[in-house]
Amino acid sequence: MIKSELVQRIADRNPHLYLRDVEKIVNAILDEITKALSRGDRVELRGFGAFSVKRRDARLGRNPRTGAHVPVEEKSVPFFKTGKEMRERLNEGYLD
Amino acid sequence: MVKSASSEAEISASSPKENSTVESQTLTRVNLAEAVYRSVGLSRKESAALVQMVLSELSDTLVKGETVKLSSFGSFIIRSKAERIGRNPKTGIEVPITQRRVLVFKPSNVLKARVNGQTVAEEEE
Repeated sequence: MIKSELVQRIADRNPHLYLRDVEKIVNAILDEITKALSRGDRVELRGFGAFSVKRRDARLGRNPRTGAHVPVEEKSVPFFKTGKEMRERLNEGYLD
Repeated sequence: MVKSASSEAEISASSPKENSTVESQTLTRVNLAEAVYRSVGLSRKESAALVQMVLSELSDTLVKGETVKLSSFGSFIIRSKAERIGRNPKTGIEVPITQRRVLVFKPSNVLKARVNGQTVAEEEE
């Protein structure tokens, strides 16, 4: 599923909303999460999961092709931890 | 509007302006609903319901094993893991870890750049 399909599915269930408004709604949600992470904040969505930012220290990396050492600067990476309910739902009836 | 788990402690000391603390805050559905409320002319109640609807749609799709790709945000991917032998780190006793499905989030380059204070042109699907 891609974003336009998500928007379409939500719109199908809300006939009183314009498609473009549903698009705004989905973007508002994703933008809010992005903004929070760019401030270094966490977003915890019970039952689904939590978004946070992890810091990666500077390190000496290597160019895999040449083997040359290259310094990699300290950076932050977005991180998602699956929520408990989601983890359980993924495996209900999955075990053979 | 941004409610924080850590705000109680510093509410008296910090300036009245919200969101001005250095400490990291935790946002919840409430904050996402507020963002939806500001973006479209819906009631707060309906905004909150829509946030939940979006999250449910994402969850239901993933539970079916389908990947979700959200352009300029990231992808949620389901991986199937085979059974393997694990070890209780405290006791050292070997225990079987059953086969399972896990959800991984792969952030887009746009999101990765934003988290590092950079901006990047939109790309990818």
